[in-house]
Amino acid sequence: MDRRDFLTIGGLGIAGLVLPIHGRAVAAEELLSTLDVSLKKAIADAALEAATKAGASYCDVRVGRYLRQFVLTRENRVENVVNTESTGIGVRVIVNGTWGFAATSDLTKDGAATAAAQAAAIARANSRAQTEPVQLAKVKGVGEVAWRTPIRKNAMAVPLKDKAELLLAVNAAALKAGASFISSNMFAINEQKYFASTDGSYIDQDIHRIWVPFTVTAVDQASGRFRTRDGLSAPMGMGYEYLDGDARAKFVMPNGVVNYGNSYDMVEDAIAAAQQAREKLKAPSVKPGKYDLVLDPSHLWLTIHESVGHPLELDRVLGYEANFAGTSFATLDKLKSRFRYGSDIVTLFADRTQPHSLGAAEYDDEGVKTQRWDLVKDGILVNYQAIRDQAHIIGEEGSHGCCYADSWSSVQFQRMANVSLAPGAAKLGVADMIKDVENGIYIIGDGSFSIDQQRFNAQFGGQLFYEIKDGRITGMIEDVAYQIRTPEFWNSCAAVCDPGDYRFGGSFFDGKGQPSQSSAVSHGSSTTRFNGVNVINTARKLG
Amino acid sequence: MSMYDEADARAVLDKVVKLSKADECTATLEGSVKGNARFALNNISTSGIVSDTVLAVRSAYGKRLGTATTNAYDDASLERVVRRAEELAELAPENPEFMPALEKQVYKPSPTFNASVAGITPEYRAKVATDSIAPCRAGKMVAAGFLADGQSFVAIANSKGNFGYQQATSLDYTCTVRTDDERGSGWVGRNVNDAGQLDAAAEVRIAMGKAGRSVDAKALEPGKYTVILEPEAAAGLISFMMRFFDARQADEGRSFLSKRGGGNRLGEQVFDPRVSIHTDPWDPVVPVLPWDGEGLARERMALVDKGKVANLEYSRYWAKLKDKRAMGSPGNIVMAGGTKSTDELVRGTKKGILVTRTWYIRMVDPQTVLLTGLTRDGTFYVEDGEIRYPVKNFRFNESPVIMLNNVEELGRPVRLGGGGGGGQPSRLLTIPPMKLRDFTFTSISDAV
Repeated sequence: MDRRDFLTIGGLGIAGLVLPIHGRAVAAEELLSTLDVSLKKAIADAALEAATKAGASYCDVRVGRYLRQFVLTRENRVENVVNTESTGIGVRVIVNGTWGFAATSDLTKDGAATAAAQAAAIARANSRAQTEPVQLAKVKGVGEVAWRTPIRKNAMAVPLKDKAELLLAVNAAALKAGASFISSNMFAINEQKYFASTDGSYIDQDIHRIWVPFTVTAVDQASGRFRTRDGLSAPMGMGYEYLDGDARAKFVMPNGVVNYGNSYDMVEDAIAAAQQAREKLKAPSVKPGKYDLVLDPSHLWLTIHESVGHPLELDRVLGYEANFAGTSFATLDKLKSRFRYGSDIVTLFADRTQPHSLGAAEYDDEGVKTQRWDLVKDGILVNYQAIRDQAHIIGEEGSHGCCYADSWSSVQFQRMANVSLAPGAAKLGVADMIKDVENGIYIIGDGSFSIDQQRFNAQFGGQLFYEIKDGRITGMIEDVAYQIRTPEFWNSCAAVCDPGDYRFGGSFFDGKGQPSQSSAVSHGSSTTRFNGVNVINTARKLG
Repeated sequence: MSMYDEADARAVLDKVVKLSKADECTATLEGSVKGNARFALNNISTSGIVSDTVLAVRSAYGKRLGTATTNAYDDASLERVVRRAEELAELAPENPEFMPALEKQVYKPSPTFNASVAGITPEYRAKVATDSIAPCRAGKMVAAGFLADGQSFVAIANSKGNFGYQQATSLDYTCTVRTDDERGSGWVGRNVNDAGQLDAAAEVRIAMGKAGRSVDAKALEPGKYTVILEPEAAAGLISFMMRFFDARQADEGRSFLSKRGGGNRLGEQVFDPRVSIHTDPWDPVVPVLPWDGEGLARERMALVDKGKVANLEYSRYWAKLKDKRAMGSPGNIVMAGGTKSTDELVRGTKKGILVTRTWYIRMVDPQTVLLTGLTRDGTFYVEDGEIRYPVKNFRFNESPVIMLNNVEELGRPVRLGGGGGGGQPSRLLTIPPMKLRDFTFTSISDAV
C-alpha cells in the first residue's frame, strides 16, 4: 500500500468501522506499556531451543509489539481516532539450507516453540525444491543490548485531546487564511521489537516515528478552478517534540517560503499553505521546454527515493520483485563496469544511523548493526543494498543492515535504508545557487510521482513552482511536471548546496513485496541544481 | 476458527448489541482465510496462509462516537470491547456530521461465494506456480508471479435490528514473464469466480507470447496516437476516474464533476454517447456484497448513461443535506461495450498502438483527472489490422475524461480484479478493450 492509498482508506473513516491496518484497538493508556524484557527473552529462548532441536542450523525470533495511533480531521471536526496494538512472535529458521517462517500471536513459551517447529517443518518441506542453499553472511552475537529512538516526548503519552486541539487549530488557521477546505492527520508509531538469534544476540529496541500531513484546497467557484497545497513537514523518526515549532529549525528560502528541519510549526505552515493555494489559482501556466531545476529537499527526497533508493535494492536487481515492484536498470554488470550514475559531484549514501531519520535503529531485523555505506561515489555506482543472504552475491562479507519486517507476522526482507544525497563540500547557499540560474524553475514540496518498472523514466510534480529568470525568482508558476531518464538526470546535477541546508523528507508507508509490507524511510539532501531538464505543461481543458 | 457461519456470527453480534448501554450500537464481525503463493526466477519463493477475525463495535452517545475492536470472543472479551467503545464515545468530541445507526436494511444476497475457491489447497497453489514456471524454464524465459486466494465472511448488526451476513471468495493470479536475456517482457492476469476457470498452464502462454514478441522493441516518437487498450490497460485509468464520482467533492468545487459557478454536473453529457457505466452488486460476472462499508444497502445504479452523468455517490450526511437518497457506495464498476475481442479491434485498425498493460498511474491534476503512467509488458505497433513490431514503452499523460470522449470503438468487456498493485483497480470491474484516438504519449521509457 502506498501512502496515498493509505490516506484514502484512512480518510474515508467508514463510520469508524474499518481500521486502516490490522491490529486490535486499544485504550490510550495501553500505548504506554511495554512487555517485560525477561518475558521476551524466555519466549525467544524457547523458540531458539525448539528450532535447534528441530534441526535448524540458524534461527531468529522477533517478539514484536506494534502500536499505532491515527487522528484524522477535516475543517472543524475529528473524523476518526484509531489506536491499535499488534503483538506476537515471528520465527525464522534455516533447515537444510532453506528458509522457513511461522508466526503466532500466542505469547507463551509453548506458542513460540510451536511456531519454531512449524517454521522448521516448512523449511524442511520447501528444501526439497531448493536449488541453491541459503548463504548467510556471518554476524557476531552481541549479547543483551537495548536501544531507543532518542525522543524527548513520547507521542503516545500526549493526551488525545491535545492532538485533536492542535489539528483543529491548524484547520481553523488555514480556513481563516483563505483555504476552502483542509484535512489534517497525525500518525504516531511505536515499534517495540525484541530480536534474538542463535548467533547469541538479544536486542531490545523501542522505535518511534511521527507524521503530520495536511492538504489545503482553495476553490474559485466563479472560474471553476481549484488548487491544493500539501504541508511541507517531513515524517520523522522523532517524538512529539517535532511539533514544538522551534524557530531555530526554520529555513526561510530566498522567495520567503518557509521550510522546516527537525522541528515543525504546523499552524504557520497551514497559514502559508492557504495563502499559497490561493496564489496558485492565479499563477501563470508554465511554458514547456528545458529548464535548469533547483530542487528543495522537501521535493528532492522523493526523486532520490524513486530513482536511486529503489533501483539499488539488490532483490529488485536480481528479479525477485519482477511481478510487482519491478526490476532495475542498475544491473550487476553495471557495478562491475563502474557505471556512471551521476555527475562527479553526486555521492548517494545509505545510512540507518542518521538521528531523526525514519529508518534509524541500532540493529536491523536480522540482528545486523546498522551502518552507513556509499551507493554512488563521485558519480560512480559502487554498491547496492543487501542483507545477510544476499551479501555474497555482490562479494560483500557482511550484510548492510537493511532487513526489515513491518510486523511480527511478516517475514523480514530487504528494505530501503535511508538513502541520501551528500551535501556539497564547498560553501553554497540557496540564494547563491539561484543567482547563477538563467532559465530555471525552483520546486518546493513533493507532488505527483510515477516511474517505470526498471526505474529509467520518471515524472515528478511538486507543491510550489517558481520561475527563475536571470538569477532572480520572478514569481509562482503552475502546471509543472518534469520528466527524467534516471542516469541522464543525475549526470545533469550541476551544484549541491552545503550541509547548512541539509534536511530530510521521507515516506511513512513505502510499499513492497507480495503480500505487500510497508516501511518508513527518510531521504536527506541539500537544495540541488539539475541542468536542462525536460518540463511539460500539465494543464488540460475538459469539454 | 476464522470462518463463522451465519448462526454463530449472529450469536456473537446479538450478545454485543445486548451488552450495549449506549444510545446506539453497531457491530461488524469479519473473518477470512487467505492463501498465497509467490514465485520468482522460476522458483517458488514464498507461500503462506493467514487467518484472521475481527469484531468492531461502534457505540454512540448523542453525536459522539467510539469504536473498538477485538479478536477474542469469550463473554468477558465481548463485554470489554463494548465498554471500551462506550468509553471512547464518552470522551470523543461531538461530530457535527453524525448520522444515526442505519434503520433495518433489506439485503438481497449476491453470489459472492464459490466453494471451489474456498476449497483451494496448498497443492493447488503449488500447481499454479509450477504450471507457470515449467513452460518458462523450457522456453528460456523467467517467470515471476503471485496467486492470492481467500474466503471471507462479513456479518453486521445494530441496535435498531439491522442484520446481514454473507460469505465471499476471491482468486487472483498474475504472472510476469521475461526472456532470459532480459530483452522482452510479457504479463497475464486473471481474476476469476471459480477455481476451475484458472488454467495457469494456458494463461502463462499469453505472457510468454508477449515476452517473446516484445524483444527488440523500436522507438517511436512520443505524441498522439490511436491506441487499442487491452481491458487491463484501460482499467487503471477508468477506475481512477470513478473515485471522483463523489457528490460532495463535486458540490464543493473540487472535482472534474464540479460546475463552474457552483453545483455539480449531474445530468450533463460529459463522455462519448457510447460510454455507459453502472454498478450492480448482483452482476453475475462481478458480484459483490449487497451492502457497503457502512452497512447501507447497495443497489443497481447507473453512473454514466450514454455519456451523461446519471448518478453521483452521496454519503448519508451529504444526501440528507442535499435532500437526496443515499445508496450504498458501489463495490463494482460495470462498463458496457461491444462484442469484439482485443484481437478483432486490432484487425480493424489502420494504424495504432496496442497496449497490454498500464503501470504506476498517478494523479497529475485532479482538476481534469490528468493521469500519468507507463505502458508495460507488451506494447506493439499495429498497421493494416496486424501487429507489425514491438515498440518501446511510453509514458502517457492523459485524462480518462478526455479519453472517453475520443472513443473509436469499444470491445467485449471482461472481468478484472483488484490486488495487482502499481495503479491497478481496487474494485471488481468489467471493462471492455477500447480503441481510442489521440491518446497522449509524452516520452519514451527504456524499461523492459
